[in-house]
Amino acid sequence: MSSVKDLERLKAEGMNSLFPSKTKIMVGMATCGQAAGAQEVWQAIHQEVKRRKLDVVVKKTGCIGLCQHEPLLDILKPGYPRITYDRVTPEKVSEVLDGLVKGKFKKSIMARIDHEEFLLDDTRTRYSKDKIPAYITSIVPYNRLPFYKKQKRVALRNCGFIDPENIAEYVAKGGYFSLTQVLRGGKPEKVISQIKRSKLRGRGGAGFLTGVKWEVCRNADGDGKYLICNADEGDPGAYMDRSILEGDPHSIIEGMLIGGFAIGANQGYIYVREEYPLAIERLQSALTQAQEEGLLGENILDSGFDFELEICRGAGAFVCGEETALIQSIEGNWGEPKPRPPFPAVSGLWGKPTVINNVETWANVPVIIAKGANWFNGLGTSRSKGTKVFSLVGKVNNIGLVEVPMGISLREIVYEIGGGIPNGRKFKAVQTGGPSGGCIPKNLIDLPVDFDQLKKAGSIMGSGGMIVMDDRTCMVDVAKYFLTFLEDESCGKCVPCRVGIRRMRELLEDITSGRGREGDIEYLQQMAETIKEGSLCGLGKTAPNPVLTTLHYFRDEYEAHIRGKRCPAGVCKPLITYSINPETCTGCGVCLRVCPQEAISGKKKKPHKITSSKCIKCGACFEVCTFGAIVIT
Amino acid sequence: MSSFEDEGIVDEIIKKNEQSSLIVILQEVQSHYNYLPEQALTLLNKKLEVPLSKIFSLATFYRSFSLRPRGKNVIKVCLGTACHVKSGNNLFEKAKRDLNLTEGEVTTLDLGFTVEKVRCLGCCSLAPVVRINEDTYGSMTQERLSKVLKKYL
Repeated sequence: MSSVKDLERLKAEGMNSLFPSKTKIMVGMATCGQAAGAQEVWQAIHQEVKRRKLDVVVKKTGCIGLCQHEPLLDILKPGYPRITYDRVTPEKVSEVLDGLVKGKFKKSIMARIDHEEFLLDDTRTRYSKDKIPAYITSIVPYNRLPFYKKQKRVALRNCGFIDPENIAEYVAKGGYFSLTQVLRGGKPEKVISQIKRSKLRGRGGAGFLTGVKWEVCRNADGDGKYLICNADEGDPGAYMDRSILEGDPHSIIEGMLIGGFAIGANQGYIYVREEYPLAIERLQSALTQAQEEGLLGENILDSGFDFELEICRGAGAFVCGEETALIQSIEGNWGEPKPRPPFPAVSGLWGKPTVINNVETWANVPVIIAKGANWFNGLGTSRSKGTKVFSLVGKVNNIGLVEVPMGISLREIVYEIGGGIPNGRKFKAVQTGGPSGGCIPKNLIDLPVDFDQLKKAGSIMGSGGMIVMDDRTCMVDVAKYFLTFLEDESCGKCVPCRVGIRRMRELLEDITSGRGREGDIEYLQQMAETIKEGSLCGLGKTAPNPVLTTLHYFRDEYEAHIRGKRCPAGVCKPLITYSINPETCTGCGVCLRVCPQEAISGKKKKPHKITSSKCIKCGACFEVCTFGAIVIT
Repeated sequence: MSSFEDEGIVDEIIKKNEQSSLIVILQEVQSHYNYLPEQALTLLNKKLEVPLSKIFSLATFYRSFSLRPRGKNVIKVCLGTACHVKSGNNLFEKAKRDLNLTEGEVTTLDLGFTVEKVRCLGCCSLAPVVRINEDTYGSMTQERLSKVLKKYL
């Protein structure tokens, strides 16, 4: 394609695909959907459609965010709103299609979607202009579900709405028009100034101003500049980048094309972690389609601008999410970070000026171009603009990906969007920022979430993982968990990080095993300060954060382990015992059957007993008991 | 493998990835053999004129590389934060018990299974998660894991 006209043609094609004249069935086929059984649902649909000889279109889509309800199946029947079914099984597929054949929807509908939003065009299209039967209008529209009500989907604008393997649908949603606008304008400086004015900050962790980074790189001496997309989403508990890669890969490609034009780079790399095979597959198919359409390669849209993109598959190293280590890895070396300065924007990949931004940042770029810096600026707080995607996971009722304007309070996220804590347990803390972040306690629940406030509370934004913890989560164990993680992932280059983290982990090992001593807490604090000061890169500098925040907010738990030799949350194995409450035990015998150690005894219908000396505390009985009779003390 | 008769395979991988970095070549070798055989690395050392020490560094730095043969089925027990707070570690122990692996062992003697811990598969909404080969299973319990494992026996 060489002109806007061609893009318009592709857009028309995409609109037909988004709103076909016959019924469309969509299945959420991101990794999370597949883990919940979407693959089986997908097969069942194809079988049933074939068997019933239905004239319908069956399409894949990405993750719409409500991962906990997956597999999700959507029916788009002309004349009706989009109908969403949740927790679909192959059996339910058959029932849903039965209904469809009879002209009536099966009634276990989770939500209806009335409009398709076109964020970039500032329009929305009603799925149905006809009068809708009352039984459908009585179903709650998805944007009024508590989970979606406060969300503002910018980076996730297309996830769950388009077929990620069809470039035309991306274009129909306004995709690649920002690129066209930028190329026709022909002024890279203008693009940079727009990104600068938007005050977009990097969504990968540190929150550096994207426009400033681009400007430094553009002004740096040397030809052959590079662009990198950091898709090495290593923070455990964060998966928004995977979702964007799997659900809307073209948004990243377009963002990078705009970035490439702005800084004067003709080559870009997307570094994806190997744990995301589906993301790599979808991205590869998107790259191929963009190449076929002439949106990648030479003389893009007849503008004289050339740009190539290549995928680099990571090999399993957390530290490669650090930009200098990532560059080492692309160059074919082991991922050891380098001291900065020089910053990559001046001397990066193969010594050339390089801009690195993460997936979510790139996905925001086309929106800022299309809607203007002021629009973006209007969202968020004074120093944190726009929206942020969080993965709300752990001990919370509505688990999933949420995108909200910066500045929304933790309470709104956990209680309104997340629906509170399951099983009547008590909220204890939210962990943000992955291993570099910290735990924010209950009394800070009204904290407005943005870069600066999280930092003030001792944590960081990081890439947006938000792990909710209840009273059955041990904070000392959480701190130990992160240190074990970091000890494994430390590259080993500098001593404070390599030896210091191990030493801290050993101390926590002692404390959680009942070998803690007076003075351990002070020793931990001292070590933490030294590691923070002495480490070379972000990994080491932030490694003590989970310990420091838990010590600050949950010191009593440390003291209970050290002085009382007990784990209040009932997690640390050496300090707990399993027993059965004879009052609630019905003697059903389920626990007895799953116990791998034959530690449980008892007659049928009589309360059972656990022999402590045989118990390995594997928790299998706790998992299966539906009467809450297994007690951990 | 007494004598390494696969020189052709290594040659082919090198040829196919002429423009690529050594990491990509190692990834290809590993995907062919399921691990990095010493003989293959020695061949790479000669053919690419890269010091064996550098190859070894890469092979040991990156978690996805293995210098030992891995099982036909690879079980990855996710231990991301969400899976950790939902007792993912118990699933790891359970898989090891079911496969009769002792402390320190990760691969069964018949090379049927390898059990690994992995830091976040990005399916936190369905924690705890286990991936066996290409299949990802969410909301796993110890009881269900035993049943699922039988499918791969």
